[in-house]
Amino acid sequence: MSFLELRNVCKSHGSHCVLRDVNLSIEKGEFVAIVGYSGQGKTTLMSLMAGLLRPDSGEVLLEGRRITGPGPDRGIVFQNYSLLPWLTVAENIALAVDQVFPSWTTQQRSDQVDRHIAMVKLTHARDRLPRQLSGGMRQRVSVARTLAIDPSILLLDEPLSALDALTRGTLQDEIAQIWAENQKTVVLITNDVDEGLLLADRIIPLTLGPGAQLGAPITVDLPRPRDRKALNHEPEFKRLRAHVTQQLLGHSLARRSAVSRKLILPEILPEDLELPRVSRPPRRPNEEKREIIVSG
Amino acid sequence: MNPKLRTILGTVGYALVGFTAFLLFWMFLSTIAATLPSPTATWEVAKPYVLEPFAKRGEQDQGILRLAGYSLSLVAQGYFLALAIGTPIGFCLGLSRTFTRIFDPIIQVLRPVSPLAWLPLGIALFYNAGKEALEYGALFTIAICAMWPTVLNTAVGVRAIPQDFLNVGRVLKLSRTKMLFKIMVPATLPYMFTGFRLSLGIAWLVIVAAEMLTGKTGVGAFLWNEYNNSNYGNIIFSILTIGIIGFVLDRLMSLVESRFKSVA
Repeated sequence: MSFLELRNVCKSHGSHCVLRDVNLSIEKGEFVAIVGYSGQGKTTLMSLMAGLLRPDSGEVLLEGRRITGPGPDRGIVFQNYSLLPWLTVAENIALAVDQVFPSWTTQQRSDQVDRHIAMVKLTHARDRLPRQLSGGMRQRVSVARTLAIDPSILLLDEPLSALDALTRGTLQDEIAQIWAENQKTVVLITNDVDEGLLLADRIIPLTLGPGAQLGAPITVDLPRPRDRKALNHEPEFKRLRAHVTQQLLGHSLARRSAVSRKLILPEILPEDLELPRVSRPPRRPNEEKREIIVSG
Repeated sequence: MNPKLRTILGTVGYALVGFTAFLLFWMFLSTIAATLPSPTATWEVAKPYVLEPFAKRGEQDQGILRLAGYSLSLVAQGYFLALAIGTPIGFCLGLSRTFTRIFDPIIQVLRPVSPLAWLPLGIALFYNAGKEALEYGALFTIAICAMWPTVLNTAVGVRAIPQDFLNVGRVLKLSRTKMLFKIMVPATLPYMFTGFRLSLGIAWLVIVAAEMLTGKTGVGAFLWNEYNNSNYGNIIFSILTIGIIGFVLDRLMSLVESRFKSVA
């Protein structure tokens, strides 16, 4: 029996069908990456697994039991960190620990908090508020909070997509290391094929919506620990990347859809030292342009 | 010069220009209107109240800060009553669509009613309390008038809580009380304090009207007394006092408010 299983799951928002007939099974201890384009139902899929949303039809099973609501056995790391801004790093983690382990002594709980702060290398920032931290540090706090409640499965919803490339690389290595040490089941949702290949045992492409489905899983058979620099020259890595990209592109070719997105033109200010430089939203309607991208 | 010092000096400087212009205009008006006392005449009559701010010479004849103290203590009671009632109502409005649909119309009807209209009802309500009826009536009026900004701002604040914060609570399976006090109340605080500040302003507006009508000792009653004594200089003096106290209260509250704003 698989650890987490989705059976014929469908989910719509209003009349818009987001996910259609999604089937997925994940084994215990496995690291699975779901790769797909933005705005395609990845977050909806994650919310279904977390129990924050209920499927319209089909079922989500954890260890054979149907998921009916959210719970601390499924730790979720949100895309936008979701730290409570009025609590310090330690207090944010303590809120979760105190709630999940009420039978522990105060000492045990505060040890648990400190150990996980140390795990993500933030001991020096323990008493800072989230707004005093950089994006990467906030995401590490979020990861530490989730790990501190010792969930049986870790759900990572595009945890690194808001970060700059260098920080992302560092955090990818940290996630790989934490996974190697804890051997937890992990589902990572990402739009970055390389990230999936670097971290996961299996990659599952999500086809382009509306009514997104999961494509055939691709096993990543690269030896661990994986070194990002060496990986780039590995023929197997190149072959897998080409294969995953082909899968994603192939699906989009079949649909050949056009995406329209907002394009804000760069704002040019005179170089006058007396003028304070302020960024502002577009003032006139014609300042806001749209661009159409036809994929495929 | 230190740029920070410069901005402070600038702010004070411009404000002084405004006050000077106001004084000049006042002097000019007092030369035309015979009943309007000039600034110097106002100062002459106000002197005993300002120079001995805590003196007590008689029931109405007291130093200005003593009078203000009476008014402030009544405002404080009514104001905290308003917060104690208004905040939970605001939470209910923010949490429940049904509650909003039931009670929002009646709130919108009661909200624009003037304090002068509530006061007689308040006194009539506590008629049996005898001597205390006036005080309870005034408290009732302050509370019911000052409540609305708190109610509405709290409701808006609760609706504006980011879904992410609520999801954190749901994943942890926080109990309803913990969800309320650990997540919802802290997330709403900035909005609540905006409401608290506006409520305080209204409470201070209401006190003067309430004192005038009930004759309770305080700045408002003093104003009305001095009008009956045809002592017009002290009317202006009272107006200035009320204005300055209201301004100070608002500044203090906005200091507290900005503290909470920067956290969330």
